[in-house]
Amino acid sequence: MATVEEAIPPGANPTRYHEEGHDPRRRDFINIAAVAWAGVGAGVIVLPLINQMNPSADVLAQATTDVDLSKIAPGQAIKTIFRKQPLFVRNLTPAEIAEADAVPVSSLRDPQTLEQRTKPGKKNWLITLGVCTHLGCVPLGAGEGENRGPFGGYFCPCHGSAYDTAARIRQGPAPLNLHVPDYTFTSDTTVKVG
Amino acid sequence: MSFPWAKHYEPKQPLMRWLDEKLPLPRLVYNSIGAGYPVPRNLNYWWNFGVLAGVALVCQIITGVVLAMHYAPNALVAFGSTEHIMRDVNGGWFLRYAHANGASMFLFVVYVHIARGLYYGSYKAPREMVWLLGVVIFLLMMATAFMGYVLPWGQMSFWGAQVITGFFSAIPGVGETIRVWLLGGFAPDNAALNRFFSLHYLLPFVIAGVIILHIWALHIPGSNNPTGVDVKGEQDTVPFHPYYTAKDGVGVGAFFLVFALLVFFAPNLLGHPDNYIEANPLSTPAHIVPEWYFLPFYAILKSFTFNFLWIPAKLWGVLAMFGSILLLFFLPWLDSSPVRSASYRPKYRVFLGVLLLDVLVLGYVGGAEPIARNVIMGQIASMYYFAHFLIILPWISRSERPLPLPTSITEAVLAKHGETAHAEPALAH
Repeated sequence: MATVEEAIPPGANPTRYHEEGHDPRRRDFINIAAVAWAGVGAGVIVLPLINQMNPSADVLAQATTDVDLSKIAPGQAIKTIFRKQPLFVRNLTPAEIAEADAVPVSSLRDPQTLEQRTKPGKKNWLITLGVCTHLGCVPLGAGEGENRGPFGGYFCPCHGSAYDTAARIRQGPAPLNLHVPDYTFTSDTTVKVG
Repeated sequence: MSFPWAKHYEPKQPLMRWLDEKLPLPRLVYNSIGAGYPVPRNLNYWWNFGVLAGVALVCQIITGVVLAMHYAPNALVAFGSTEHIMRDVNGGWFLRYAHANGASMFLFVVYVHIARGLYYGSYKAPREMVWLLGVVIFLLMMATAFMGYVLPWGQMSFWGAQVITGFFSAIPGVGETIRVWLLGGFAPDNAALNRFFSLHYLLPFVIAGVIILHIWALHIPGSNNPTGVDVKGEQDTVPFHPYYTAKDGVGVGAFFLVFALLVFFAPNLLGHPDNYIEANPLSTPAHIVPEWYFLPFYAILKSFTFNFLWIPAKLWGVLAMFGSILLLFFLPWLDSSPVRSASYRPKYRVFLGVLLLDVLVLGYVGGAEPIARNVIMGQIASMYYFAHFLIILPWISRSERPLPLPTSITEAVLAKHGETAHAEPALAH
């Protein structure tokens, strides 16, 4: 806290200051207020510097992907792109559906049934992002002849996460099932993702 | 800041006297790395590696600045511009190979430099700040090396960026938002490549700045030495120049010999062929591994394959990996032994050897396929890594009985040559 003495400008008559009762707290207030306001200014100017790193408008532009299902035979899968990320579309065989249904849901790391991961009446169409929930590699298994891992679904070669026929995490470091994006059936053989 | 017997800078030429009055930069250099800095007389060749790290940084900055004259940080053309450097730019292949292998050389000499510090207790009082700044430099180097590896926009570049930024998605709640913010998109793309280039160009200069602080902090107590015994008098030291400039010169020669062997005869030995395939967001390379210098940390990341204490495996892995480096910040206080040099610490020496072996095992596991045998080996090695710093080191630093220390550096040096300290009275004034 400044004293009256410190508030007197050099060369000024000190008695005037003492007599007029200049309050040194007023100068402290102005000082603190000025520095605080400069601090607010500095803080605000940081915001655009941080915000510029967020996804730009063109990246955010909502893209939808149409998928033609008619060419995918049971047991086959395709890889396509949805918002610059790989998308897996798989036509499950009855055996694969049965295998997924046979697993007790309570035993799963991320408990979900195949019904919850597909659309009603379209239980054979398993549509997921092809992004491992561990660290984002593309799991193998959608392409012809790729390693589908010990649970017959997808297998991530990066750190050994294994997904089952419903693309649910069963083994390895990944915490969640492969993500199911929003999608709707626009006809029996076409799907609009996004 | 230095010993009282340090030589004083006395410019003889009028021009140097004039400069010393206006801007005493030559004086600063003289007192930092010239004859004005007294250094223990018994430093061995392990003390070369700090200077070598500085040399490596200079090489990286020079080759990097000229590479940036030819490289284009745009996802559409980045891979092509890298190939353009390799094929079309005059001597471009040399510049790029020197820069890529220069990174390996830099990390290698820094690892030796760190191991030197661990063996001779250079992290202990009064040099804690030197060590802390060193860990900061190491972290900055890792960030710089990672972002540089992304720039060629090959398959390993792309998937390395995907995996490493994926670490941040493990943070509960806000992780995915942070990851998207870092990348400027939902997957690595042009926005990420551009910002990585910007930061990759910036960080080496930040490293250079922290190195100045590192050397400044070192010069306050002065250099450690192989006995770990404090300097007692003038007879214990020699001036940095010409004694250690000459000794470091030998190391610099050896450094460039190895560097040249890599660049000219095995330029791709330490790289991955997958990085000569252009980035493809739809196909992960079958075997994705980081560069050799990150493998031990990558092994720790991979070792957490199960949820534990309500924390998911993924978060454990990321915490452990960052923890394994951040742990080094606490080292000066985890080791409470007053004896610095492991030469006089029979137990610590053994366990430090085991730790070195352990890090090599981690390095092997980091690069190996995630099959059961390797995962278990990685888990044991990771546990040992943490146990060394958190259990073994605090325990042995209290329980071990150190060997008798020499009373001075001079005594240790003369004993080595079969003489006693009194045999050389000329030095002992």
